[in-house]
Amino acid sequence: MNALIDILASAGLWAAVLRIATPLILGTLGALLSERSGVLNLGIEGIMTFGAMIGWLAVYNGADLWTGLLIAALGGAVFGFLHSVLTVTLGLSQHVSGLGVTLFASSFAYYVFRLMVPVTGTPPTIEPFKPIDILGLSSLPFLGPAFFTQTAPTYVAIVLAVVLAYLISRTPIGLAIRMTGENPHAAEAQGINPMAIRYGAVIAGSALMGVGGAFLTLSAFNSFFPTMVQGRGWICIALVVFASWRPERALFGALLFAFFDAFQLRLQTVLSGVVPYQIFLMIPYLLSIAALAAMARRARVPQALMQPYRRGER
Amino acid sequence: MTGPVLELDRISKQFGDNLANHDISLNLAKGEIVALLGENGAGKTTLMSILFGHYMPDSGKVTVMGRELPPGKPRAAIRAGVGMVHQHFSLAPNLTVLENVMTGTESLWLPASNAAAGRKKLLEISERFGLKVDPDARLGDLSVGEQQRVEILKALYNDARILVLDEPTAVLTRIEADKLFSTLKDMARQGLSLIFISHKLDEVMATADRIVVLRGGKLVAERKREETSKAELAELMVGRAVKRPVRDASTPGEVVLEAIGVTVRTGGVDRLKSVDFRLRAGEVLGIIGVSGNGQATLAQLLSGTAQRSAGSLVLFGEETADLTVADAVTSGIGRIPEDRNREGVIGEMTIWENAILERLSRFSRLGLVDRKAGVAFAARIIQAFDVRGGSPTSRVRLLSGGNMQKLILGRNLIEPPRILLAAQPARGLDEGAVAAVHQRILEARRAGTAILLISEDLDEVMALADRIQAIVGGRLSPSLDAEDADARSLGLMMAGEWEEREVVDAV
Ligand SMILES: Nc1ncnc2c1ncn2[C@@H]1O[C@H](COP(=O)(O)OP(=O)(O)OP(=O)(O)O)[C@@H](O)[C@H]1O
Ligand SMILES: [Mg+2]
Repeated sequence: MNALIDILASAGLWAAVLRIATPLILGTLGALLSERSGVLNLGIEGIMTFGAMIGWLAVYNGADLWTGLLIAALGGAVFGFLHSVLTVTLGLSQHVSGLGVTLFASSFAYYVFRLMVPVTGTPPTIEPFKPIDILGLSSLPFLGPAFFTQTAPTYVAIVLAVVLAYLISRTPIGLAIRMTGENPHAAEAQGINPMAIRYGAVIAGSALMGVGGAFLTLSAFNSFFPTMVQGRGWICIALVVFASWRPERALFGALLFAFFDAFQLRLQTVLSGVVPYQIFLMIPYLLSIAALAAMARRARVPQALMQPYRRGER
Repeated sequence: MTGPVLELDRISKQFGDNLANHDISLNLAKGEIVALLGENGAGKTTLMSILFGHYMPDSGKVTVMGRELPPGKPRAAIRAGVGMVHQHFSLAPNLTVLENVMTGTESLWLPASNAAAGRKKLLEISERFGLKVDPDARLGDLSVGEQQRVEILKALYNDARILVLDEPTAVLTRIEADKLFSTLKDMARQGLSLIFISHKLDEVMATADRIVVLRGGKLVAERKREETSKAELAELMVGRAVKRPVRDASTPGEVVLEAIGVTVRTGGVDRLKSVDFRLRAGEVLGIIGVSGNGQATLAQLLSGTAQRSAGSLVLFGEETADLTVADAVTSGIGRIPEDRNREGVIGEMTIWENAILERLSRFSRLGLVDRKAGVAFAARIIQAFDVRGGSPTSRVRLLSGGNMQKLILGRNLIEPPRILLAAQPARGLDEGAVAAVHQRILEARRAGTAILLISEDLDEVMALADRIQAIVGGRLSPSLDAEDADARSLGLMMAGEWEEREVVDAV
């Protein structure tokens, strides 16, 4: 029991929560934006991998870190465009197209990586983002090391969640996105072009996913390896449901999952030898499934999610 | 006066080899109400969709207030002052009324939506035209009548000068419909021009200044209201005189279905309260009442999608445990659901697939679907029930509303079932089709099918039913023989008068 309290009281745990949450926040926001317009984007896992690679590669070749993030966003957007062409223009199955994008983007990422980076014993590294000190807050006792020793992209991700929440609920374009996800025919009848809205939402969402991936190579670690996304994309897809398609809840969900994950890592060291460590690896997923089951029943799915829209048809 | 506010000039539109509109010209003056009449599939919705820019015409042009509209651009039509109330509402159930109305009305790149101004404008309009709504209600929680009000408000909010309504009364109760038409007349007096589509000749004669009839995609007649009659219009629509069939006398057989004190409770509310009825072979039992009084639950009970919480249900002489959907199908209960798009057909699937859905076992061979037999079966339905606008392999979604209904009817009646549950079977059908549907129902009755007819249309019930019960607030009145029924006694029944009489009797 004391061990548990020790874990919770350590600033390191909370700092880890924010760090682990960042790619999840970005990926979930991206998936959410796309789904709000009616398009499921299962390309996320591959897009994050590609973003991780291309952002890293840019920095490795001399770009600065922010340019690296921007390039990861552009890379994500390209795959978002591909997914839009397949699902919005051609009206193909969103599941199939998304899985196709994932397979393609992750293999392509590895291919480009191998092509551009010589094979060496230890993977090449870059100089990642450094923690920033906002207004000297990091010197606060406990709170400082717990919450104010993050790198800039983490704060950006949190701000983006708030911005997206505002965008979706308070702006004309947010309303147009929601209407398109609920009933594209109704959107069209109000003079909105549902195709354009869906393209925009999928591409912007994919850019966020790319940035989420790049966080892994430019901030959390400093090198790229092909399996590093490790299913985070799928977690994001589940978090969207958990969040009932609301950005502010997505932020909360990502933090909650990250908390489980950071907690189990520390629990492992305390209880090592007593329980096989694989049990701990399962904990965040089990708890997420439980939380998902509890939350998803109340969720309001965008009514036109996964339904292709075709003009001039009924 | 000035020229017409709207001119449709030689519009043509073809879907595949289906000529939906052929060389149609039509105009509309300020403050005028024009009714557009025509059989199911005559091309009414298509013509209006071209006007509004949903569809691109193959040829012809649309001119509003002297300016030609670019084809295929709803935005341009809205800007020019055209508003449309769609046959299948185009609203988003998860959004609020205000959000539904405001979508697309502001420039998309504004950093904030001005909801306060939107609410003010919406309330002003709803005040001015007497269309009351709660701007913050979730749309999906509203009744159909209220949803339609939102559709109209949406058009008015965009400053529509020309309002098109596609079968606005198909889903409304009589009272709601009367109210709607007085609103429409009021709008015309305020200078709006209106086009409405309807199959109900009474409303057309009561409301329209001018009537335009389409048949097979062509404009076949145009009449001033004073110069025509219901009979003439019916004949113009169908191309021949139509008469609704009336039931002949017959003696019913044994009781096939009996409900004794059945209560159905869903969501914590008693939707049906201790209802009794019995249904005999070869007999039509009509259930009348204003919609929303438990009809939907009654239909669900008999199709197996709602379970009773008290009372008993005796089917073919045997007390049933819970009646499941599978039981309903295997024991031969045919169903014509009220909401055909949601419960009747699967739009994305083909006509033949929809036709055999309930009979899969019959149409499978060695575990595979026997496509050939299915297509042949669908072809038989299309033939026998005059389903127009599609072949067995075309998607159901492409059929016009009325033809979808004929398909559902055909699927149920091509081999008369033992029990038929018909909820609003003639809703949205043209005069000719109504007569055909009634004919089919009466044929099934003759063949020994027991029919439960749920309808708001008193004429329909009087023509078809042997006995009539009214449903009010989840209760069923005692049954009245059709011979003893007249409009007055039925009206009293629908108002729940029998209950008071019972009380009086008891005293
Ligand atoms: N998008 C489409 N694709 C293919 N065929 C279509 C399409 N829209 C309409 N049709 C066909 O065009 C014809 C006219 O249909 P329309 O919906 O205009 O009829 P309607 O007069 O409104 O009938 P109803 O009274 O049943 O609503 C029908 O045969 C229909 O099947
Ligand atoms: Mg129509």
